Amino acid sequence: MDPLDIARWQFGIVTVYHFLFVPITIGLSAIVAGYETAWVRTGHEHWLRLTKFFGKLFLINFAIGVVTGIVQEFQFGMNWSDYSRFVGDIFGAPLAIEGLLAFFLESTFLGLWIFGWDRLPARVHAACIWIVHVGTLLSAYFILAANSWMQHPVGYRFNPDTGRAELHDFAAVLLNKVQLATFPHVVLSAYLTGAGFVVGVAFWSMRRTRDEEDDRRMYLRAVRTGAAVALVAALGVVVSGDVQGKIMTDVQPMKMAAAEGLYDTTDHAPFSLLTIGKLDGSTATNIIEMPGLLSFLGTGHFDGEVQGINQLRAEYRRTYGTDPGAAYYSPGDYTPIVPVTYWSFRLMIGLGLLAAAGAALILLATRRGRAPTGRFWLWLAIAMPLLPVAANSFGWIFTEMGRQPWAVFGLMTTAQAVSPGVGAGTVLTSLLAFTVVYAVLAVIEVRLVLTYIRAGAEPLPEPVGPDDTDRPLAFAY
Amino acid sequence: MELTTVWFCLIAVLWIGYFTLEGFDFGVGMLLPILAHDEVERRVLINTIGPVWDGNEVWLLVAGGATFAAFPEWYATLFSGFYLPLLLILLALIVRGVAFEYRAKGHGVAWRGRWDIAIIVGSWVPAVLWGVAFADIVHGVPIAADGEYVGGFFNLLHPYALLGGLTTALLFLTHGAVFVSLKTDGPIRHEARALAARLGILAAGVTVAFLLWTQLDSGDLASGLLFVGAAVALVAGLVAVGAAREGWAFCGTFVAIALGVAGLFVALFPDVMPTTLADGASLTTTNAAATAYTLKIMTVVAAVFTPLVLLYQSWSYWVFRRRITVEHIPADHAPATAR
Ligand code: HDD
Ligand code: HEM
Ligand code: HEM
Repeated sequence: MDPLDIARWQFGIVTVYHFLFVPITIGLSAIVAGYETAWVRTGHEHWLRLTKFFGKLFLINFAIGVVTGIVQEFQFGMNWSDYSRFVGDIFGAPLAIEGLLAFFLESTFLGLWIFGWDRLPARVHAACIWIVHVGTLLSAYFILAANSWMQHPVGYRFNPDTGRAELHDFAAVLLNKVQLATFPHVVLSAYLTGAGFVVGVAFWSMRRTRDEEDDRRMYLRAVRTGAAVALVAALGVVVSGDVQGKIMTDVQPMKMAAAEGLYDTTDHAPFSLLTIGKLDGSTATNIIEMPGLLSFLGTGHFDGEVQGINQLRAEYRRTYGTDPGAAYYSPGDYTPIVPVTYWSFRLMIGLGLLAAAGAALILLATRRGRAPTGRFWLWLAIAMPLLPVAANSFGWIFTEMGRQPWAVFGLMTTAQAVSPGVGAGTVLTSLLAFTVVYAVLAVIEVRLVLTYIRAGAEPLPEPVGPDDTDRPLAFAY
Repeated sequence: MELTTVWFCLIAVLWIGYFTLEGFDFGVGMLLPILAHDEVERRVLINTIGPVWDGNEVWLLVAGGATFAAFPEWYATLFSGFYLPLLLILLALIVRGVAFEYRAKGHGVAWRGRWDIAIIVGSWVPAVLWGVAFADIVHGVPIAADGEYVGGFFNLLHPYALLGGLTTALLFLTHGAVFVSLKTDGPIRHEARALAARLGILAAGVTVAFLLWTQLDSGDLASGLLFVGAAVALVAGLVAVGAAREGWAFCGTFVAIALGVAGLFVALFPDVMPTTLADGASLTTTNAAATAYTLKIMTVVAAVFTPLVLLYQSWSYWVFRRRITVEHIPADHAPATAR
């Protein structure tokens, strides 16, 4: 096998895996911080118990987010060294700043939060988890700025002497129009994900504690707060996604064409919900089709013109010369793999919207303290955490696969980006090693999460006496 | 000073931060089977570093990111060239990090025992391999004229590099033992101190040999002075161990590691990765560097935020300044079903 293919599989696997945990970290840290603040404000013990319950689940998730992030930091150098040489001047800065601003903040204040229950005043303790949350947002901002630059390079000059892209306007990189749409979209979908997790877990726990009135009321609070967050976030995701669609049509028209499998330039372009046949332009038949919707997504008008794959390919050939990635993308040169972009785009939207609908249903069904119990609701509780996680993965698969064959749009192809000196065997070794370790960790983490969900929120411990140096720590590993 | 030189120094500072801080938490992990005799003692050891190890590890992440930003060629050649050792380090850091968090989340001898192994192996592997890697960097490796590393895996494992690995392992062990004596009380504290004294003598011998070799291989006057300083600090630390002055002992091992790493970077300068090939090309602070504009931005960011980081990291050490003893370890609350 070609080292390039293995390196790509590796990047896809470790990055998608990292991003299974990331949105839960971002979303759940905010919700836990909200619960702890509610406790500090009201003194109501439900909020404290929820803080600790979801706090533990958060930590189980966070641990894997952190360790898989370490791989992310170094894999650009390992597998994509020519890419690193080419863009380091621009791409390295956000990455380094992310570490200095965000990771130090997250890790230090999380340590204080975990172990600080009896060491810090309640307000300071609650502030710690808020700071962790701010850290996750900063982290998201800088890494997404780096990614947005790959989607739409700005603020740089190509230096023919060194053959590298050089930074000349950092503000332009941080305020890239792609970034300004991507950041809200990703963060809001993270809130949707964290909230979906809370809703699912609390709803399931509520069903189990039907007979313990106090516990039931506590979980009900979590269900309803979670569902409210999910709905608001979902609304924001749709709005920001719509903005992104227009920007994308502008900067990467091929991606929009590939998202629909639109082969010829059309005005009043439809958006299909379901298609059978081949998506390679020969025999596709749209079964359900919404006239004009693609035009609206891309341009804001139902009769706006959306460019087709064939026309774009001809245009790209004129601009960038003959196809650079043909070896990997034949026969659709300059064209991403259309079935992948087509389905991942739909799955992102569809699964995310299903989660939003689920949250709305649950909000309705739990009015005035009711707790529906049928089988349907059980399945819904199980689906709520999973749907947004899957939607996130498909979103990234769409964004990144839709950019192919480019690594940096218009500047460097993925084939040029790979490390020239690293052989197939070496990359394969690391691909297998990461895949196996990650798979084992996934099994362990899921079982641990389930164990802790089943154990439920603990009762509050007995109040302890005045602080004296000999009493046991309130929290220890 | 040229900005490229400034950034060379800053990257040295980041690695110094990493080795002095994560050095002791590696040491504690490595000593887990030696210093702890039962479950409660193992928990004492793990809790001495529980709140801080992740913050310590971020020094590595920032060193990596800063190298990417300030010296892209260095980042590209180093991490694609040292691929397999880095892979081992990454795998070790993965299982180790998860182990700290998950170990306490389940019950049972088997569950805890497996995570203990993850902590122990996950601490030993990077402690040795970082030493090997740094010795290789300072000594030079085969780099072709196009900046690509052209040696294999075993090219990285010559005697000098292995001595480097042994040095970091022994230094971290000593540093960790001193840290345990500083952060615990009761029998474990005394045992840690006694162990630190014995390990320290071994560490001092090996360190002096390694630094001497480095000095002869690639040193200059400044690196020599730093190495002498490192040796003096280490010996002073050991004297303090003998006198049961744990705080001073920790300062000693801390400063010894800091000066040693500083000396390695001085010996490296102005190269960042020298080549051993006659027709190859060394990467230097100038030919591997990013543009002046990028360096300027990064300098401003670093000048503003590094002090802030130091401030809150110090505060967190202050919050958790108390010694931990077996009496402080609360009863286990992990749900019994976890396995
Ligand atoms: C939108 C958000 C986002 C995205 C796209 C990424 N990450 Fe991430 N990353 C986070 C959001 C995040 C986070 C929320 O900040 C994490 C998740 C769990 C955690 O502990 O922090 C994190 C952890 C994390 C860590 C460990 C930090 C620590 O030890 O505390 C590193 C080194 C990275 N990431 C690096 C990367 C790189 C190089 C990425 C690109 C390929 C990447 N992440 C994608
Ligand atoms: C965390 C969310 C992300 C996910 C889930 C993700 C996923 C993917 C996927 C599925 C591919 C396509 C692989 C292929 O076509 O072979 C890819 C490619 C790529 N992405 Fe991302 N990505 C994410 C974020 C990022 C970020 C933040 C960056 C840069 C900072 C980045 C840089 C790249 C690069 C360099 C490639 C080209 C290599 C390749 O094709 O595999 N990605 N990513
Ligand atoms: C109507 C709903 C939605 C629309 C119109 C929409 C639109 C888009 C578009 C156009 C992109 C690609 C941006 C680019 O490549 O430049 C994208 C990416 C993405 N979407 Fe969505 N989206 C929707 C719903 C969702 C939902 C519900 C989720 C997750 C819960 C989600 C998560 C993501 C993620 C993680 C990415 C990749 C990162 C990025 O480029 O922003 N999206 N979305």
